[in-house]
Amino acid sequence: MAKLNLNRVSMPRQAPGLRARNFNEVALGYSLEQAQAEAGRCIQCPKHPCIDGCPVEIDIPGFIKAVRDGDMPEAVRILKDKNSLPGICGRVCPQETQCEATCVLAKKGAPIAIGRLERYVADWERANMELVNSPKIKPKPTGKRVAVVGSGPAGLTAAADLAKLGHSVTIFEALHVAGGVLMYGIPEFRLPKDIVQAEVDYVASLGVRIELDTVVGKTISVDDLLNSGYQAVFLGPGAGAPMFLNIPGENLNGIYSANEFLTRVNLMKAYRFPEYDTPVKIGQRVGVVGGGNVAMDAARCALRLGAEEVYIIYRRSEVEMPARREELENAREEGIQFKLLTNPKRYIGNDQNWLVGMECYEMELGEPDASGRRRPIAIPGSEFIIKVDMAVAALGTRPNPIIPSTTDGLDTTRWGTIVADEVIGKTTKPAVWAGGDIVTGAATVISAMGAGKRAAASIDEYLRG
Amino acid sequence: MYEILLKQDLVPNIHLLKIAAPNVAKKAQPGQFVIIRIDERGERIPLTIADWDREEGSVIIVFMEVGTTTHRLALLGTGDSIADFIGPLGLPSHIEKFGTVVCVAGGFAVATIVPIARALKVKGNKVISIMGARSRDLLFWEDELGSVSDQLIVTTDDGSYARKGVVTEPLKELLESGEKIDRVIAIGPSIMMKFCAKTTEPFGVKTIVSLNPIMVDGTGMCGCCRVSVGGVTKFVCVDGPEFDGHQVDWDLLFARQRIYLDEEKLSLERWQSQSGIHP
Repeated sequence: MAKLNLNRVSMPRQAPGLRARNFNEVALGYSLEQAQAEAGRCIQCPKHPCIDGCPVEIDIPGFIKAVRDGDMPEAVRILKDKNSLPGICGRVCPQETQCEATCVLAKKGAPIAIGRLERYVADWERANMELVNSPKIKPKPTGKRVAVVGSGPAGLTAAADLAKLGHSVTIFEALHVAGGVLMYGIPEFRLPKDIVQAEVDYVASLGVRIELDTVVGKTISVDDLLNSGYQAVFLGPGAGAPMFLNIPGENLNGIYSANEFLTRVNLMKAYRFPEYDTPVKIGQRVGVVGGGNVAMDAARCALRLGAEEVYIIYRRSEVEMPARREELENAREEGIQFKLLTNPKRYIGNDQNWLVGMECYEMELGEPDASGRRRPIAIPGSEFIIKVDMAVAALGTRPNPIIPSTTDGLDTTRWGTIVADEVIGKTTKPAVWAGGDIVTGAATVISAMGAGKRAAASIDEYLRG
Repeated sequence: MYEILLKQDLVPNIHLLKIAAPNVAKKAQPGQFVIIRIDERGERIPLTIADWDREEGSVIIVFMEVGTTTHRLALLGTGDSIADFIGPLGLPSHIEKFGTVVCVAGGFAVATIVPIARALKVKGNKVISIMGARSRDLLFWEDELGSVSDQLIVTTDDGSYARKGVVTEPLKELLESGEKIDRVIAIGPSIMMKFCAKTTEPFGVKTIVSLNPIMVDGTGMCGCCRVSVGGVTKFVCVDGPEFDGHQVDWDLLFARQRIYLDEEKLSLERWQSQSGIHP
């Protein structure tokens, strides 16, 4: 047996000093040679545990073999058979805890860089559309109509799969562009918006109609949809409502939810103000409260917009941080400062209602809590002040109540999430399915896609009934 | 794209647009608002709904030229289009038979209050309306409001028309007159709503105001529009826009409305110099 190659091909990236001041993508992507070298490390093991680690069950060894052999159109075909959004997944999936974690080479510390290869194939396709020219086999129309609410990862995936099965699908999106969190939440430097748009366009090319500016629950209700010729509805509106700490001073000027800050910057392009009309304030000293990917995104946006000092303020220690290690390292390299075991007690304002500081506790870790992580406990008398003139609350999100509160027969949990079957996403309301963050609470892009995929299969079965 | 079916200049800096938006028209209720965006580079701003025609599939908005978006909007005419028109958002006005209701409108908010006064009247309330403007040439829709009110009082700050003074003066007189007032609804500039609430507070008359903070999405996603009502943080876009005026933390609202003053000025000046339009 050939010796295992444990030299994982590293990802070329913009230098930290340079990228900390621009919004261009940080990771630059493999060259053909790099992609083939990495693909060549895959031993094509017969048990392919990587597929079991993928929520949408991509034939990972299959597409990697095609890359190794230089047959990119075949690699595209294999990827897109299961995943309509490979350019997005290749960039933002936490492969290190999914397919790459189960790769047999992970035991040797050098799993195949599946995410980077997925990204390579997706980018190759966008650059070489004419070479792919897959004669699209149009599915036989079933004559059934499905309404998909929300055009984030869950909705796009459900819509694409249902369209591929011959159903007539319309997506209803509240915002003025499709893509949901992929557009408003994740910054350009981590997920370029033209890539999201290209994958949205691909879904539309399957025959999916996209109705923008339509707030389901306000502009049109779920029952209106069911009464106007849609035989099934998939709800994938995300968990759009921001959480705050509920501490004194939280409504001071200069304090943003991560949703607001990122929406202004990414969706409304405030980083190009005044060329674009939407402004955003940037402090000189910015405190971002939270330890997830969204906190890293907000901190790195603030830095790129010109903040002098940016702090991540997190109540536990680094090992408990939910952010991807890669994003944490990127943030650290760029100069983001970490204030760990630190939790705000109150915000301090001046007489004009502007934020000037944050009083924080030092924290220590106690026994593990329900999340399995050690519970952070404030140390009495440890209060100290961090001078900040801007803060971002990146504390997670909760479900937006607009749809549940306007839809009869749709049961919710006490957290406001919609009650749905864990596997197929069927809700308590006839002909209505749900998936993604609205069911699970804030989670990942790929888990939402997995939910969209399984719900689409269930809806298809129901419609063919 | 949403076509402008009709543009009317109500007074020099206040305009009416009738927009083709059948889905919004179908669901619109008094007190709700829309979010509009003119084009790709535009900002999303909230505007209250002044009227609608479900048959025609149209919605009427009335706005005053204040910032870049409203100045640009004022230049559009019948037949032009805007990129986005999203709604109806927010909770509808609470309409029931209260008894006698005083509707107070300041400035261009007369357009917002007409459908509310009409709905109150239809429910069998006695509607007394007060409308005020700085001067005669800024008054509009006197007849519209009059037609849905049992009594109409008009004020101008400078006395150039009708009664000289501000809206809180006749409001106070009504409260003192001994007539039983069951509810007051005050809509207009924030400072006017604050003083209406201050006027009614000693009389213990429930006073509803319609708040107008800065918004982005208008669907509860961003929290930009948060206000404090009775000590509790509320999102105006989904919990409002109408609240109990006696419970609103007005100073916080005023402060948060000023967050982007510098940027708003810069943006407007830049647009004016680029477009060759000077104030």
